[in-house]
Amino acid sequence: MSETSPEALSQILRPVARPKEPSAFSNALVFGWRAVLKFKHVPEQLFDIVMTPIMFTLLFTFVFGGALAGSTGDYLQFFLPGILVQTVVFNAVYSGMGLSTDLSKGLFDRFRSLPIWSLAPFAGLMVGDILRHLIAGGIILAIGLILGYRPEAGIFGVVAAFALLIAIGFGMGWVFIVLGLLVRTPMTVMTFGFTFLFPLVFASNIMVDPGTMPGWLRAFVDVNPVSLMTTAMRGLMSGNSDATQIALALAAPVALTVLLAPVTLWLYRRR
Amino acid sequence: MNETPSARAILSGQQPAFAISTRGLAKSFGTLRAVDGIDLDVPRGMIFAILGPNGAGKTTLMRMLATLTKPDAGTATVMGHDLVSAPQAVRGSIAMTGQFASLDEDLTGRENLVLISRLWGFRGGQAKARADELLAAFDLADAAGKQVKDYSGGMRRRLDIAASLIVTPGVLFLDEPTTGLDPKARQGVWRIIRALAATGVTVLLTTQYLDEADQLAARIVVIDHGRKIAEGTSRELKAATGSGFLHIALADPNQIDQAERLLAEKLDGTVQRGVEGGRLSVMAGSAQAASEALAALIEAGIEPADFSMGSPSLDEVFFALTGGPADQHANTDKPA
Repeated sequence: MSETSPEALSQILRPVARPKEPSAFSNALVFGWRAVLKFKHVPEQLFDIVMTPIMFTLLFTFVFGGALAGSTGDYLQFFLPGILVQTVVFNAVYSGMGLSTDLSKGLFDRFRSLPIWSLAPFAGLMVGDILRHLIAGGIILAIGLILGYRPEAGIFGVVAAFALLIAIGFGMGWVFIVLGLLVRTPMTVMTFGFTFLFPLVFASNIMVDPGTMPGWLRAFVDVNPVSLMTTAMRGLMSGNSDATQIALALAAPVALTVLLAPVTLWLYRRR
Repeated sequence: MNETPSARAILSGQQPAFAISTRGLAKSFGTLRAVDGIDLDVPRGMIFAILGPNGAGKTTLMRMLATLTKPDAGTATVMGHDLVSAPQAVRGSIAMTGQFASLDEDLTGRENLVLISRLWGFRGGQAKARADELLAAFDLADAAGKQVKDYSGGMRRRLDIAASLIVTPGVLFLDEPTTGLDPKARQGVWRIIRALAATGVTVLLTTQYLDEADQLAARIVVIDHGRKIAEGTSRELKAATGSGFLHIALADPNQIDQAERLLAEKLDGTVQRGVEGGRLSVMAGSAQAASEALAALIEAGIEPADFSMGSPSLDEVFFALTGGPADQHANTDKPA
């Protein structure tokens, strides 16, 4: 380590006054910028979040697809909207892990000691999540298109489906933000997250039609929010959705937001 | 250094007399009273040290003053703003460098500073200019484009302090600023702190090291068990502790009882036995008193194998102030 030069130091220590107070929105944008920088510096995070869904898409389509749906092409048509739901739901765990990492490192202490809008760091987290959902969803869709998936509803159906996808990711994100605020270690957030998500994702209509499941399981699968989301995604991308489907798909994300956003605020301020 | 704020400033009411002023500030975690009613007056433009062992409540006290932890009881103002009713105004006039680097490890040094600059309200170009100025001043220009996770301990600490100076704070909080640094990096941080204080920034730092408080601070508060047990200049504290300690290792450990009695009588103080057999330490008012005590030992046929005079360690200050060693104090009911 070389020495800090005294001239440079005294030059820099001339008093610098605070500029005009930035708006809450401007604070939030700065945190959004941080989320984008994270993609630049830690591109591995994208690898993590797209590899699993890509493997699932390939395995299920080519190994089980023919047996389950008669042909791999038919199965892909059925499976792809569901794998998009699975992708964003699993993605949501990562925002909780990121938050837990930031909290354990003392970085949030710096943010909390600054005169900024107190929710701005969370807004930034959300920006990062939405970008992550869009990038991961885009990659899965691209692979699907290459393999022969064709959304019957065309470009508008896909845009609408992605809007729903972001709403789902946003709603599910709160669960893991709360977990991130409660649990100190990122690994624990991940373990808790996947333990909670695996039954939800597998006991759903993402991979198979629940018609052959035993009655008690079907009763769960039919009301599982992940099934409702998947049904709406299929509807939007194939062009035969209705308002009820979409409302049912949004029920869980809306309920989670209404319930957990205040809990997040309370936990954050209480720390 | 201004030890006391000018009477004019107080009378005119233009500026609050103290940068920090607390009365009965307290915070408990469960049954542990981490901070147990502390009164503090920190004059403006001064380096003020909070000295104490691990678990004494230093960090909790500082976190309360930096609005990170809400006090259970008591009142406090920071730069004239009330801690509880106007936390956002407090945040506007302070900066804090915590014990653990409050930096984003994945971002580069420059990006970290630009991030904080923008949060303060500097726009694109200004934020970059301010970041580059600080990087140059803290000798980090060469590492500006490197991710912080590749920085050394000393570099991190300098970047962390730089991040606290984007806007010149009224009060800078430094929680154990040199813990874990090598001696050279430590000197570097000390130099920065002195230069800052010379420009009129009030610096409140916590430390476990008496020599750090001694080197830097115009005034020192010693806390233990969440309570203030002493306050004064380093000279005043040392006078209360005795200017130096005489450490003796006996050639024949069997003579320890006799030696202890003799030293206690000659130096009029409590003699501490070392962990190893045959070692004694005692407060000595002066070098002359110490050498007279040594002469008395030799005259009585007690041969010292080794002896030295040293300034009191934190342990010895604690012994003098509380009648027990610091470690024992810190460990009796430390939070897990």
